[in-house]
Amino acid sequence: MTPEHPILQRIDEQLPGAILDRHDFRGDLTLVVSRERFLDVVDLIFADGFQMLVDITAVDWFQRDPRFDVVYHWLNLVSQERLRIKIRVNDGQAVPSLVSRIKGANWFERETFDLFGIPFDGHPELKRLLMWEDFPGHPLRKDFPLDGGDVFCDDNGASYSGCAHSLND
Amino acid sequence: MATQTTLSLDNERMIVNLGPSHPSTHGTLRIVLELEGEFIQRATPEIGYLHRGVEKLGESLSYQQFIPLTDRLNYCSSMMNNVGYTLAVEKLLGIQDPPRSRVLRVLVSELARIGDHIVCVGINAVDIGAFSAFLYLFKQREAIYDLFELAAGQRLHTSFTRIGGLMRDVPDAFLEGCERFVEDTHRSIDELESLLTRNPIWADRTKGVGAIQAADAVAWGYTGPCLRAAGVAQDLRKAQPYLDYETYDFDIPVGTSGDVFDRYLVRVEEMRQSLSIIRQALDRLKEMGPGPVIIDDYKIALPPKDKVYSRMESLIHHFKLVMHGVEMPVGEVYAATEAANGELGFYIVSDGGKSPYRIHVRPPCYPIFSSLDEQVKGKLIADAVAILGSMNVIAGELDR
Repeated sequence: MTPEHPILQRIDEQLPGAILDRHDFRGDLTLVVSRERFLDVVDLIFADGFQMLVDITAVDWFQRDPRFDVVYHWLNLVSQERLRIKIRVNDGQAVPSLVSRIKGANWFERETFDLFGIPFDGHPELKRLLMWEDFPGHPLRKDFPLDGGDVFCDDNGASYSGCAHSLND
Repeated sequence: MATQTTLSLDNERMIVNLGPSHPSTHGTLRIVLELEGEFIQRATPEIGYLHRGVEKLGESLSYQQFIPLTDRLNYCSSMMNNVGYTLAVEKLLGIQDPPRSRVLRVLVSELARIGDHIVCVGINAVDIGAFSAFLYLFKQREAIYDLFELAAGQRLHTSFTRIGGLMRDVPDAFLEGCERFVEDTHRSIDELESLLTRNPIWADRTKGVGAIQAADAVAWGYTGPCLRAAGVAQDLRKAQPYLDYETYDFDIPVGTSGDVFDRYLVRVEEMRQSLSIIRQALDRLKEMGPGPVIIDDYKIALPPKDKVYSRMESLIHHFKLVMHGVEMPVGEVYAATEAANGELGFYIVSDGGKSPYRIHVRPPCYPIFSSLDEQVKGKLIADAVAILGSMNVIAGELDR
């Protein structure tokens, strides 16, 4: 997919200014889209054939402002082209949920919320998926300690399982 | 930690936990079923019991060191995870492995696909009560593991690929074993089909169960046999060929209704197609003759041991590779391969360092399993077991 792809022209025509940045690396086309226009862009590319939402994830650039990239991978089943759409958000900033449009977005968004702490606006049941309910922190953030810290204890050193000492003592 | 349900004590619903260690859950899955009588009103999958933080671990391992972790994603077909991951790293590097390695990768991938389908179909049948089909098939699965042991020295956690090629060439006994395997497996699949395909009990238990429309399957993000059973002929081996799959002759079986029976038929036919691909790969290897199985670039792949011990330059390459890793370009790639369950994707973000800045696995069974509630709503518990088996959920790749 080249940067002159018709889908880009269509987005530029119909939603001027929605694309903040674009790049093409090893044949993967990436569009960075503004958060406010994100749903419009999704509707447009969906109408254009990018109907399979393959994946949602995020990348934490903890020294950058805005901090997170939320990454969507789309696949056009007819032309077999792939498209990567990114939106940039800061800590605590919500991303519009796609669940009402695409059912498969549900778990992907929950996982991204779970592991990065990025809230999704309009998600029907935004709760942790892989980690347990009262797990402290979001493990895929870069500032989450690699040894996991002492996840079995809360801030006062009390253990969730009722044991007075942490595993590291 | 309690699972939220819609249960209040004064209504008629009963809550049943399917799992975390129930024979039909294939790993540590937990499904909270809300029942009215024998009918399921709501199914809430609780996942994460096998979460090992693979993506977090990957951020502090070198690209090469991540390969053993890919074994533990879908542990029923670890070869295909190895291949998918190394293809993603090779895409990031912009390199291609040697021709012999490409054929061998296809060969072991298709063996793994057969092994994975055997587990899925066999266990699905066991769950529904047809025990003998499982035994006929598992003989062949054992043969696949023996072949993997010959090739990689390991039965389950193969770690057979390396960035730029393979860990080693296969011994002659492996290729002879493959020839025998292809012959035997054709017979075993015929036996399986004679046990199940026209079996009225099997048909009663599977036809119409878990049926899904093509549009719904796409909306849920289905890939692989489950999507093809719903009538969408999407197979990355044909649609976005990698490893020269476009030069092999094979067909993509497609179902119509997307139910458990169609998924079963698709998987059975895929096994036959895989056997045909293995046959072609074996012929190709014979034609090709011996050759390198790993790229001849010592900045990416380790130099041969005898050179390391005898030549200064190779020793330096070896040291640099082990200590500092491969020099990676800055960028991001998403590479997907057609694993046994569907699209297995790796999204790698590189900042040029020794380890990936971010590595994300897109497991094929994850979006499929997320549709469980819709699939089993209003059905019997026995149907839920059949549907769960046909989804082929592997907890290792689901939870990562």
